Amino acid sequence: MERRTFLRIGGGAAGAMLVPVFGNAIAAEELLNPVALPFKKALADAGLNAATKAGASYCDVRIGRYLNQFITTRDLNVENVVNTESYGVGVRVIANGAYGFASTNDVSPDGVAGAARQAVAIARANAKLQTEPLQMAPVKGVGEVSWATPMTRDWRTVPVKDKADMLVAASKAGLDAGATFMTANLFQVNQQKYFASTDGSYIDQDIHRLWAPVTATAVDKANNRFRTCNSMAAPVGMGFEYFDARAADKVRAAGGVATLYTRSTDLAEDARAAGRGAKMKLTAKSVEPGKYDLVLSPEHLFLTIHESVGHPTELDRVLGYEANYAGTSFATLDKWQTKKFKFGSDRVNFIADKTTPGSLGAVAFDDEGVRCKRWDIIRDGVLVNYQATRDQAHVIGEKESHGCSYADSWNSVQFQRMPNVSLAAGKDKLTPDEMIADVKKGIYILGRGSYSIDQQRYNFQFGGQLYFEIKNGKIVGPLEDVAYQSNTQEFWNACSAICDQRDWRMGGSFFDGKGQPSQVSAVSHGSATTRFNGINVINTARKIG
Amino acid sequence: MKQMNHDEAKRICDRVLGFSRADECRVSIAGSRKGNIRYAQNSVSTAGLTENTQLTVSVAFGKRQGTTSINEFDDKSLERAVRRAEEIARLAPENPQFMPAIGKQAFKPSNTFTAATAAIDPEYRAEVASHSILAGRKNKLVTAGFFVDTTGFQAIANSNGLFGFQEFTDLDFTVTARTEDGRGSGWVTRSAGDVRKFDAREASEVAIEKALRSVDARALEPGRYTVILEPAATSELIGRMFGSFDARRADEGRSFLSKKGGGNRLGEKLFDEQVNIWADPWDKDVPVLPWDAGSMMARERTDVVRKGKIVSLDYSQYWAQKQGVKPTARHGNMIMSGGSKSLEELVASTKKGVIVTRTWYIREVDPQSLLLTGLTRDGTFYVENGKIKHPIKNFRFNESPVSMLNNVEEMGRPQIIGGDEVQYSMLIPPMKLRDFNFTSLSDAV
Repeated sequence: MERRTFLRIGGGAAGAMLVPVFGNAIAAEELLNPVALPFKKALADAGLNAATKAGASYCDVRIGRYLNQFITTRDLNVENVVNTESYGVGVRVIANGAYGFASTNDVSPDGVAGAARQAVAIARANAKLQTEPLQMAPVKGVGEVSWATPMTRDWRTVPVKDKADMLVAASKAGLDAGATFMTANLFQVNQQKYFASTDGSYIDQDIHRLWAPVTATAVDKANNRFRTCNSMAAPVGMGFEYFDARAADKVRAAGGVATLYTRSTDLAEDARAAGRGAKMKLTAKSVEPGKYDLVLSPEHLFLTIHESVGHPTELDRVLGYEANYAGTSFATLDKWQTKKFKFGSDRVNFIADKTTPGSLGAVAFDDEGVRCKRWDIIRDGVLVNYQATRDQAHVIGEKESHGCSYADSWNSVQFQRMPNVSLAAGKDKLTPDEMIADVKKGIYILGRGSYSIDQQRYNFQFGGQLYFEIKNGKIVGPLEDVAYQSNTQEFWNACSAICDQRDWRMGGSFFDGKGQPSQVSAVSHGSATTRFNGINVINTARKIG
Repeated sequence: MKQMNHDEAKRICDRVLGFSRADECRVSIAGSRKGNIRYAQNSVSTAGLTENTQLTVSVAFGKRQGTTSINEFDDKSLERAVRRAEEIARLAPENPQFMPAIGKQAFKPSNTFTAATAAIDPEYRAEVASHSILAGRKNKLVTAGFFVDTTGFQAIANSNGLFGFQEFTDLDFTVTARTEDGRGSGWVTRSAGDVRKFDAREASEVAIEKALRSVDARALEPGRYTVILEPAATSELIGRMFGSFDARRADEGRSFLSKKGGGNRLGEKLFDEQVNIWADPWDKDVPVLPWDAGSMMARERTDVVRKGKIVSLDYSQYWAQKQGVKPTARHGNMIMSGGSKSLEELVASTKKGVIVTRTWYIREVDPQSLLLTGLTRDGTFYVENGKIKHPIKNFRFNESPVSMLNNVEEMGRPQIIGGDEVQYSMLIPPMKLRDFNFTSLSDAV
């Protein structure tokens, strides 16, 4: 689930003191100097040795330096520029068959050793209420290795003014296109993560993510109406070259109703479309509720995938570890054991993959030192696997972890988080226009809107950004007040067509929340344009007093 | 870093202000120690203690502003933070809507600190967990829960002579109890500033009883029903509405409080006459800091809704100046008047209705009407002739808090609601409401 609290980046004088959750500030130019590897190895060894000496049967040390910059604009004004850094060490141990975790921002051998001893003491205390000892799938140490997000233009080297100018230019394009108000944000994340464990791994990773969401609002004061429209470009795991728009990375939506983006984006063009979209929504026809064939663009479908496929196949939820907050799952072990549970129609194939280039979740190793990989979750419509960490693999009879462990900070304990989960493209050649030509009564939906799903991931309701009515194979005009309701299993079994690989692209969730205390992670979800037949659509227009 | 006292915080703020060469400087220091214990499957899964103190400095040259923060407090680090903020300010474009730092304020202390809460230790947290774990095992239930206690302080200062310092404590507890076969689930939440008013055993029993009673839920047709919403079930719905009380958004035509033709609906009656809501930093049950850290302005006791009428909106410094009115500090709590009846008494006076323990995954569908969607969860029951007849399957709803507060039949005794799903400390009653709009059924337990 996405949590709104992490979006309160807020700008302006009133919010200037409210530096958000991501840590302590540092000058941007200082962020380019990574901490020396021999120093990190020595620190990690201090923690591993202290934990082992204190009686731990296993220990991992994560040294994290999290470097971020956020820029917020409102109309043509830059409201805030915030640079943050967070640096520290988290130590996880197993002692007496139980986990213990402690963290410190005292980045010295003594500080890390102290945290390791504290983690062992916590593990011993936890063991008293533990019903059975932890079982960890084996991991072979990989020695000293490094990995970095592939990129050609490091966001940290781009002047703040250039970035602010880019956001202001985008807002101007939106205003020129008919918006009354524009807001734009640029989120830039760098995670320098060092992992070491008693298995013999010393893994250094340098991870980068970017997102530039833009929102247009159009107001009709005379009729007391307003509508918003968001930009379509996805958050990505790549460098600032993402904003160097290339014609080859543009995709034409069905009927030419929008321009969409793959490996680079044109922020001004995207914002202009948002401005136009917001204005268009003020006068769009209100939808007639009923059953429709839905044609869902990847810019919209990624969030439905995230909520209805990504979360229910998290093994910790299936086992009940999120029961108090994020919930459990309908995709229970007995359903998986039958090897016949029809999660979706035969054409539905979901793949988990933490190695997809450009994706938000792409890394080489997870946060317990497991090499990342690709595996099937739904094959030909049948539930065939889950997402697991080292302590869960034995539950599903696997000899190794899926590499799904993640912590959002050095001071957060790592736990099971979703990898990139994507819907495979259709096997037959099919374009979005050809798909629509086949629809008598339908709605084409683009962009992420409101989203809500129950705690076992059955019943959901989703809205989008742009809706277009399809009649007898043609897009006939914009619609408003659309949301669709379904049950996860019914919905995926209603999947009647998937466009081919030429149309496949990723959307992404930048602030996905889970756990107590809550942590955020970022994942991408790919798909091609996909059709679902006979889905219940409601009209969301309401009058209040 | 240990909890700072008043004098230590003042000394550090003065050092930072002294280092600044900018036209103005604002400082805030926030420190906290958070202890937690998390459990699931009747077993502790994680337990931890997080301590952090962060200083944020914001400087301005004219209308150019820069902000940085650090967690080191020696002179060299403090000066470095100020210089970095100054560097960012020089790089930043001018913000025409920048507002200068406010002058000295009189902050009347509120009672936000309790020594007994600050003294909570790992043994106490383990004992909290053990109440539901052991009772769960005894009742053949599977419990999962989370307890977190916070002891912290906040200091604010600026170059116009403003200074404030105050300590605070609080705790939040949630438990879910589920039957082993997954057919029943119950939940409870408790929040308090003073641990002496918190009873983990009592809370756990509520979740356990709901789990046992919720087995074999029957399906009720979706539609409009009279509902009895427990305070936790309404907190997020109402909290989201108060997030939309911003005067600027209303005046600009992008709020449910916008008026046709322009302007806002301040002074209009939008809710049932029984609805009275106010903010009060000195409330004995939900005290909050007497300032808003963002603006550094002093909070005041403020009526928000009186007898169903909108009596105040939130004015930022910029918008207040533009409109020629007094700016307002952001509220820290929301208090809603209720009645004297218990939840059981509300049930006893109900002919037909639905009791909702908890709502889940609430999202805004339409900001124009504040239409929200979400689901019921962990204890939904059907009431007939004053008695709980049987558990029912969970519903999805599509409803606006504006409509809800127009359909009030009766209210019970207010209860404290906190935690990370609501943006205010809240004191709100259980409410019996007409015509609540359930739009579909969920099979989730």
